[in-house]
Amino acid sequence: MTDSSRRDALKALGAVGVTFLAAPAIAASPAGDRKLVVIVCRGAMDGLSVAPPLGDPDYLALRGPIAIPADRALKLDADFGLHPKLATIAALAGQGQARIAPAVAIPERIRSHFEAQDLLETGGARLYGSATGWLNRALAASGPGRPIKALSIGAQSPLILKGPIETQSWSPGGRLTPDITRVSQALQELYLGDPLLGPALASGMQTEATADALGGLSVGQRDVKGFAVTAARFLTAEGGPQVAVISLTGFDTHANQGAAEGQLANHLQVLDDVVAGLQEGLGPAWSRTVVVAATEFGRTAHINGTGGTDHGTAGAMILAGGALKRGGIVGDWPTLKPDALFENRDLAPTLDVRQVFKGVLRDHLGLDRRTLDSRVFPDSAAAAPTANLVA
Amino acid sequence: MTAGVSDDLRAAIAVTRFGLGARPGELAAARPDPVAWLEGQIRPGGADQPAGALPDSRDRLMALLAYRDEVKDVKAEAKAAPSAEPSEPQAMSDSERRAKSPLQRERKVALRPLLDGVADEILARTVLAAETATPFRERWTLFWANHFTVSAVKVQSAVLVGPFEREAIRPHVFGRFEDLLVASSSHPGMLEYLDQARSAGPNSLAGQRRQMGLNENLAREIMELHSVGADAGYSQADVTEFARALTGWSIGGEREPAERQGRFLFRPQLHEPGARTVMGRTYPAGGEDEARRILADLAAHPATADHIARKLAVHFVADEPPPSLVVRLRTSFLDSRGDLAELARSLVTAPEAWEPAARKFKTPNEFLVSSYRAVGAVPAAAPHDVLQPLTALGQRPFSAPQPNGWSEQASDWAAPDAVVKRLTWAAGFADAHAPAEPVTLAQAALGVRLTSAVATAITRAESRSEALTLMLMSPEFQRR
Repeated sequence: MTDSSRRDALKALGAVGVTFLAAPAIAASPAGDRKLVVIVCRGAMDGLSVAPPLGDPDYLALRGPIAIPADRALKLDADFGLHPKLATIAALAGQGQARIAPAVAIPERIRSHFEAQDLLETGGARLYGSATGWLNRALAASGPGRPIKALSIGAQSPLILKGPIETQSWSPGGRLTPDITRVSQALQELYLGDPLLGPALASGMQTEATADALGGLSVGQRDVKGFAVTAARFLTAEGGPQVAVISLTGFDTHANQGAAEGQLANHLQVLDDVVAGLQEGLGPAWSRTVVVAATEFGRTAHINGTGGTDHGTAGAMILAGGALKRGGIVGDWPTLKPDALFENRDLAPTLDVRQVFKGVLRDHLGLDRRTLDSRVFPDSAAAAPTANLVA
Repeated sequence: MTAGVSDDLRAAIAVTRFGLGARPGELAAARPDPVAWLEGQIRPGGADQPAGALPDSRDRLMALLAYRDEVKDVKAEAKAAPSAEPSEPQAMSDSERRAKSPLQRERKVALRPLLDGVADEILARTVLAAETATPFRERWTLFWANHFTVSAVKVQSAVLVGPFEREAIRPHVFGRFEDLLVASSSHPGMLEYLDQARSAGPNSLAGQRRQMGLNENLAREIMELHSVGADAGYSQADVTEFARALTGWSIGGEREPAERQGRFLFRPQLHEPGARTVMGRTYPAGGEDEARRILADLAAHPATADHIARKLAVHFVADEPPPSLVVRLRTSFLDSRGDLAELARSLVTAPEAWEPAARKFKTPNEFLVSSYRAVGAVPAAAPHDVLQPLTALGQRPFSAPQPNGWSEQASDWAAPDAVVKRLTWAAGFADAHAPAEPVTLAQAALGVRLTSAVATAITRAESRSEALTLMLMSPEFQRR
């Protein structure tokens, strides 16, 4: 990789705020060849624009100029469309490889981004209930004697993968020269008693070596799809990770949200490009993959005074992947009738985000119900895993 | 521990934990009385300003409006002559060349001076941090700039972050918290970043006549992040009421008289009429002052004292700070009625803040600044010396991903990839700044915190630059 292409890759990271994380499970497990990618859409992605409920009689009036027009929306089913920038996801939906959960929410009613993201990622039943991420605990729960490494690609590692299982991380822009390798060996001696820096450097150097071995992990500036293809190459590498998490930022649309075009549309294009890149890069492994795109909460049902939307409650979750079972929307539609809105302002939830996550972890990665109810999502026995998501 | 060792250790704590890392000679300056050295940096007049003639928010906003006019003109021309080529193709940057159409390219060319201005601002601020002889004053300032985050997520906030920090934050960091809160909440940078400038009451003149209405973003973040904190027990109705009180807080535009352009402007035609109730208190209808009264009460609220005390303790001492320190700072905030100079004095005299173990892991910006200070140099070029490395390390200046600012948690900055990135940057930096006497430099930078293991590694290094790399990457230098 040339210096300039490495710089470009870094710019791409900065430009779209993409973080990749991956965690390999062991090949011997029943689900060992299954892949799971979780995309966290930060800033509260507006579900009513992701999957506009065109069949709901109140939609157009509530949304006014930011409603997605029926003639621009892509086809999902008789009641819902998809945002025009979600072309890949719409095409997948047509093949039974993408579905929408239009009204999901975290278990507590919170409208703070930061607290809601914490809850989405810790998988707790209540705020501050846990300091570790549910995905890390899911990896830990796959049992003794099944050591699992986790890999994050990006400058920071999000809460969802923090926990007892040590994580690796990688982002483009590193450069392993003989000098760096030699200094890192000297540093390892200085880090012997350091529980933070010692494991991090060892893991980072190892991952950098893997990246070099994969060769030419180059992506151009703002080439989101190329970046996702690159992430997929980690997933498909020999002994590579089984689970990946991607963070996308910029979904906080308080003003000038736009409709078919505009601010939100640009970010949904990034999301669609990531899914397209994953599909392309995973190749045959796509048929064994589930992608889940989730956000901390939805936005207000009504357009606000500045052409945007404020912090709301239920939002949309997107499921995609070749391992998905064909079907309609996931969960019920609460409607946008005035008396159906939560606190008179937000789309009401019909499904707990944890139910979807649990359904995928059980049926795709083979975790058992008891572990999911207690360890991965504490105190969640009442939130049954969503069935029939995975083929 | 002898008295001499203790003084040396206290000097090392003063320059790293409260300061920005030792410059050559700084440990000696702090050593006679480290607390007095810190207290002497508290100044009622506020923080230092970065050097150079940096435009104020008015000039930056007017330049942005001029740019937008230019874009309109270019659009009109493009319509008239669709095949027009940009006038100076040889001066284009890569991203300009990659832009799809001539129109987009012209836009990027026109935007460049604005973005160069932001880069100048970032360089000036980093140079100030790298060379200041009053580093506690600067660290205290950077804490407040992060507390009241304005981020370059859109062009209009990008061009205003620098002026925001210089105009709303720096003058008030040792004044009253209420003044800092009002200054930040009313500055054009914050009004743009949190979508306040065009928020209108539904029953205001503008709300009735035009399709304008409420935006609650600024109100929510002031309560959640800047003052009482998310767990203070306020409701959605409190947020909405505060947002209604804030309607009318706006920015003077092109049509206003020159002295009002690009500055805070109260627009009565946007203001929601009527009395407000926020967190159990009722405020009579008061136009512009309605929000000021609410801000005054929020600033004086005990929950604000809790929130600020905890954040300061986390920033300066430990991700999980001693509870007694939080209580001490909270009491100081309440007793002094939010006097930030008094709060700073309470911090640097608190025994809990002088525990020898360095528990804070440096953020990328702290690591970069302290590296420059260690070698007694300053960054020279914004893109190469500051923007590229900090972007790679996940902390692009002025670009916190969300309004809660940059993380304080070690685990967020010490991911495996980030540690390798620090190492590769440190190696390149050390090549450019290799010292004649690496051990002397390490002693000047770390003082008694230089361990024998690190000193030995430095003496065994193959080259001067490798020795400096090891010092910069040592556990002692990575923490403060």
